[in-house]
This record gives sequence, structure tokens and C-alpha cells, in this order.
Amino acid sequence: MTKAITVSGLHKSFGKTHALDGLDLTVETGEVHGFLGPNGSGKSTTIRVLLGLLRADSGAAQVLGRDPWADAVEVHRRIAYVPGDVTLWRNLSGGEVIDLYGRLRGGLDAARRADLIDRFELDPAKKGRTYSKGNRQKVALVAAFASDVDLLILDEPTSGLDPLMEEVFQRCVEEERDRGRTILLSSHILSEVEELCDRVSIIRRGRTVESGSLADLRHLTRTSVTAELAGTPNGLAHLPGVHDLDVQGHRVKLQVDTDKLDAVLRQLSESGVRSLTSTPPTLEELFLRHYQEEAAAR
Amino acid sequence: MSTLAAPQLTGTGILLRFALRRDRLMIALWIGVNALMVLSMPNSLKSLYGTPEERADLIHQVSTNASFRALIGPVFDTSLGALTAWRVGVYAGLLAAVMSLLIVVRHTRDEEESGRQELVASGMVGRRASLTAALLAAGVANTVLALLVTVGLAGQGAVGALALGLGVAAVGMVFATMAAIVAQLTESARLARGLTAAVLGAAFVLRAAGDSATDGGTSQAFGTGGGSSVLTWLSPLGWLENLRPYAAERWWVLLLFAAATLVQAAVAYELAGRRDVGMSFLPTLPHCLKGVGGTPMGPTIGRLGSAGALAWRLQRGSVYGWSVAFFLVGVVYGGLTDGVADLVGDNEKAREVFQRMGGQSGITDAFLASMVGMMGLIAALYVVGSVLRLNGEETSGRAEPVLAHAVGRLRWAGGHLAVAFGGSALIMLLAGLGFVVGYGEEAGPILGAALVQLPAVWVIGGLAVALYGLLPRAAPAAWGVAGAVLLIGWVGPALDAPQSVLDLSPFGHLPKLPGGEMSWGPVLLLTGLAVALVAAGLAGLRRRDLTT
Repeated sequence: MTKAITVSGLHKSFGKTHALDGLDLTVETGEVHGFLGPNGSGKSTTIRVLLGLLRADSGAAQVLGRDPWADAVEVHRRIAYVPGDVTLWRNLSGGEVIDLYGRLRGGLDAARRADLIDRFELDPAKKGRTYSKGNRQKVALVAAFASDVDLLILDEPTSGLDPLMEEVFQRCVEEERDRGRTILLSSHILSEVEELCDRVSIIRRGRTVESGSLADLRHLTRTSVTAELAGTPNGLAHLPGVHDLDVQGHRVKLQVDTDKLDAVLRQLSESGVRSLTSTPPTLEELFLRHYQEEAAAR
Repeated sequence: MSTLAAPQLTGTGILLRFALRRDRLMIALWIGVNALMVLSMPNSLKSLYGTPEERADLIHQVSTNASFRALIGPVFDTSLGALTAWRVGVYAGLLAAVMSLLIVVRHTRDEEESGRQELVASGMVGRRASLTAALLAAGVANTVLALLVTVGLAGQGAVGALALGLGVAAVGMVFATMAAIVAQLTESARLARGLTAAVLGAAFVLRAAGDSATDGGTSQAFGTGGGSSVLTWLSPLGWLENLRPYAAERWWVLLLFAAATLVQAAVAYELAGRRDVGMSFLPTLPHCLKGVGGTPMGPTIGRLGSAGALAWRLQRGSVYGWSVAFFLVGVVYGGLTDGVADLVGDNEKAREVFQRMGGQSGITDAFLASMVGMMGLIAALYVVGSVLRLNGEETSGRAEPVLAHAVGRLRWAGGHLAVAFGGSALIMLLAGLGFVVGYGEEAGPILGAALVQLPAVWVIGGLAVALYGLLPRAAPAAWGVAGAVLLIGWVGPALDAPQSVLDLSPFGHLPKLPGGEMSWGPVLLLTGLAVALVAAGLAGLRRRDLTT
């Protein structure tokens, strides 16, 4: 598979602030890639570099095989972008803006535009000043999804959408993926990321701290295990990788590093297992772990 | 590095059409007002100075008076065309420059600051396309203006009309490209506009200083002897007068405009290609207030504690600006008073106009009264702008969270209205003080004349409050009312408008001070009317829905 986006060792400073501090990012063609990180960790700066709006101080970035700064126009021909905070012109209608953005990308698919407006329940005749945040967001989403492009860059695109529209958004992303398009999705809505993304990258303080498929990442974290045993559990506390052990009579609750799960199960079965629930870590837990490290590092 | 390769300009056509579509009304208004000012001038000059002798007399007087040369520039010939070019040339250039800088900043820095540029730039849009489209939009506007002036003044001589039209448009383009540079330097559109306007102001002052220092040879043989001072040549507005429309045009001066425009455009292009979108070369605030990485910083702990304090915080910059401007204008016009009395004293018709504006008294008092009255008219613009801050706060959604706290609508509005109405009293007082400083006599009567304008100013402000409270969607119409009042007060007397028209403006009912009789009747009546309008507006505001 070819790469849609490759970024390595990206640095960008604003005065004394190091917004990007050696960031790496690889997005395969045809995948939906989640781009996560706490506020101010450098997600939007990275996206702006990928769009050629900012010039990186050092490091290499390639988007669709080209340099996003030098070949900005050529790259943009094949990209659609949706920012998290869409600002519209007060006296222009949503439809006018959709068509403007479409023309700036080399044309819209009219049938798809109509279909999307319908599905997002957007009134394109209203003036920009009358739209709520969610509706402004829809204007940018319709313009992006109706464009014939290879790569969609979405920067917190659903902030402000209601749950029904969130659902429509997720269907649209799946359709785009089925057509073979690549999507970079920056989001704080973890259920959305979990639902849609093939792989994710987590960044912190301008650096990539984790990158891989959700299964890979889960492997790096802990699984929670709750078991009801026939006998009294013993020896669990000495097993490597066991945390937060809580034994009450025959009931056991514990957290275990996922790659050490095997040993724990063997130990449990020695005492006779009556019931067992094991929950893989949610993305939320994964994420919180990194966020808390961020807080601790401060 | 500044290669203007095609990809840099991709999308320019679409953006240009889009800019013209967005600004069609604004550009049409700027062009219309400017052209109207220029094209109406031959007729009004003809009615004032019908014969060549009268005009020669006028020219002799204005050329020997340094203040007049400073304010309007030198005259180069006795024809109506030359007089028109003299009377309005610099001001038409100023208007074209302001129009151009507004257009350019609006489509460059404004778009970046608002964040809209980010989405636009993510399309197939070259790095220099927005700047090019903005400059082309300014180019289209200035070309139309040049055409209107050329065609409209052709009756006075087509060659001179072409020179004036081109000169005015060329000043516009010099400041369009100047604004293009400044827009690369600052992070805020407001600052970009302010800095470019400051350069324009400096250009005006340079020309004024140059023209007052030398008579440009005008008092001798027209259009031949002497030359402008170096200072005048440093100012694009000075180039305009040195183009000498209607007085043996010096076409080569156009080359100066062309060179300045091209050089500035090249600098702007170079800068535009070198920077990040949304970033700037200059920090937004002075170094001491600058935070990490040039981010503008404010106090960490806020002290604003009430809706009134917030209103003052939001409007104080504007109040300071108006105060300084009003004082300075007062000083300038106060200083001109004696010169004008000498000048106008001989011309029957001109004296009549001043007396219609300023009252039946000595020409000095009539001039003072008409100038103070003019300041009153302009103060009406201040009060409308200040009152409509309420509307701006409301429609932008910023009022909503304030009003969601334990702040009543009346208290919220009251803060802004105190700034609006109190501020207008302050600036008129300062204008009066300026006149006193400039003129040096009659302190009491002049201050009285300045303050007596307030009831009329307040009626206009009251009207704005009433519109805002009762018909919020129509609130911007208050600008129209202020504009109409300004027009009636400004050109009504010169155009021999009937009294019934002059009476439409609240300013028409004020006693003509200094010099005239003080009459309390209309003053109290207008004050009462203003109070009633404010009360009606506030009552409406309490009852209606907030617009969001």
C-alpha cells in the first residue's frame, strides 16, 4: 500500500513555543486514520502544515506524494478540508459558500451535493449569519464530501453536530472509505474514532507517542478482569503485570497488562473459575492514560 | 525567490469574482459618493464664481494664504476645470485611497484573521491568489472611478478630465498596494487599516506642509513658474496636484504613481510568499505586552466587574480617538478663521452661503458657527456608531452570555448609552476647546456654540436607540439618517435648498452661535425629543426578543 501522508521529524516553533517537536505521522492510502491528542498538543498545527498553510521549520512532510508547501495547489486539487470552527460570511448563503469551496477545489458533484444537503438536513438558502455552529459545520462537511478528492482532512469536524447528524457523518465517512479515499480524522469524540478508524496516532506536546491499529494499541494497555472463583485465589499478587488487585472472598477484580493476560488466566483456573468477564481497554482508557501522563509531565 | 509561477495565482479569477460579488454595494457606494463630489463641483463653483475675474480674484486670495494652500493645495488655472481639480482633487484622492485600502485589507488580512482564509486556502488556491484578487478588485473599483470622472467632467475639457480621473485612481492604487504590504506585516486587520490610514494621513500632512511652504508659482504665471516643495513631492497626494489636471498636464507624473504601485506590489508579493497563513511579520502588540511567541496578552486577572465597565472597556479606544481628532480639527479650523474672513469678505455669494449656515452676523462669527456646526454633524456619526455597538454586540452573540448573567437589559444598554451620549458631550467640548486654542478669542461664546449642538446630536443618537430597540433589523438605517443630516447640513446651504428641507435636520433648528441669539425653546424641545426617543427604544428593547 502506498502512503497518503508521511511526516517525519516535523518541527515548528512560534517564537519560544515549540508547537511541533519532531512529530511523525504515516497515513496509508485508503485508511481512516484517527489523530488524537490533548488540547494544544499540535494537531491543528500539523494539519496546517499538511495543508501548506504553515511552513515547517524542519522535517519532512509529504501529502499524496508531494510537498505540501511547494506544490500546495496541486495537493489541494486532491484534498478536502473541514476545520473544527467554520466561519462563514455573514451575508452569503450556505449554498453559495458550498459552491465557492467546490469551485476552489475544481468542481462539485451536483447530485452528491443535493444528496448530502438532504441527508444533513441543511437549508442552503439561509445566510451565513443565521446558521448555528452545527449548521456552519454542515456547510463545510457538504462541500468536502461532495468534492471529488483522494484525501479528506477533518479537524474535529463534528463538534456542534447533534447525535443524528453525527450518525450521518459516520455513514458519509464509511462511504468515502469504501470508495477508496483516505481520511485523516482529528477528533475528541472517542466513540467516533473507535467506530471509524483503522489506525490511530496519539500525539502529545508536538510528538507522536503511540501509533498503530486499535488492536495494537490495546495490546499495550491493560485488560480488566472480574472473576468469580470456586476457591480462594492465591499467587495473583506476585504475577508480573497485575495491577489494582481487589480480592473479596471468592470475587477477584484486577487489571493486567494485556500481554500478561495468559499467566493470570492460568492462575485463576487453578482455583476453579465459576464466571469470568474480561474487558479490553476502551480507547477512552488508552487515551486517558496518555492525557494523565501529559498532566503529570507538566 | 518571488517567482510568479502560475500555481501561485491559481484561483485568482474565482476569488476576484467572489470579492466583487461580496462588495458590490460597498464599492458602488464609495465610487458613487466620490464621483458625485467631483462631478457636482463645476456647477457649484460656477454659481459662486461665475466670471473669470471673480475666479482670478479667488485664486489670488487662496494662493497668498498659506492655510488654504495647506488645506486644499495650490490652483494652477482660472478655468472651472482647474478650479474643480483644485477644490476636490486631493479629497477625491483621499477617498479613493481609503476605499482601496479597505478593499485590500478586507480581502487579505480580514479573511485570515477571521479564519475563513484557512478553508479557502485549502482549496486549489495559490499562495498569492488572495492578494492578487484583492488588488485586482481595488483596480476594478479605481478604474470605474477614473472612467466616471473622465466622462463626467469631459464637459470641462476631456484631457483635463482624463488626467484628474487617472490621478485619483492612481492615488487609490498606490494605497491599495501600500495596504497590501501592511496586511502582510500585522496580525490584525484593524491594525492594518489603521497603519495604512496613518500613512495616508502622513501623505496628507506632507503635501499640506509642502504646499503651505511654497506657493508653487501659482500667484505668478499659472502653471509655469516655481515648483512644489520637496515635501509635496514626497506625498502621492502631492503627485496628484503636480499632475496638474486642466493646467498643462504633466503626464510624466503618472510614471511616479506607476513605479510606486509596482514596487509596493512586488514587496507585498515577496512577503506574501514567505509567510505562514494567519501569521505576520510584526507582533500585534508592543514588546512589553507580548507573550510567548508574540501572542497578544492581556492581564491574567481581569478587573472588569460590571456591564458598564465592559461597555467602557469596549468603547474607550474609540472615545480617545474621537477626542483627539475633534480637538485637533478644532485647532486647525480655529486657526483658519481669520484667513477665511478676509477671503470670503469680498465675495457676496460665498458670504451668503456662510451666513445661511452660520447665521446673520459678522463673517468671522458666521464662519465659526458654520464650522462648529459641522463638528456637530460629524459628532452625530460618533453617536450613531457608539449606540449601534449595542446592535453589534447583540447580533454577534456577544451580548447573550452577558445578559445571561444577573444583568438586566437596561443596565447592559445603559452602559453603552452612557458612553455614547456622554462621549458626544466630551468630544464637542474638546472641539470647542480646540477652536478656542486655534482662534485665541471668544472662549465663552465658542464653547457655548459647541455645546449647543448637543441636543441635535442626541436626537440623532436617540433615533438610533429607538430604531435599535423597536426595529433591530433596521438599526443600521441610523447611519442613513446621520448621513442625510450630514448632507443637508453640508451642501444644503450651498445648493440653495429650500428652508423646508433644511428644517428636516435637527441641526437646522439650533440657534446660530456664536453671533446669533440664544433661544432656549428649540434646545429644550430637541433635548426632550432625544429623551423620548431613548425611552421608546429602551422600552422596545425590554419587550422584544434578542436577535441571535
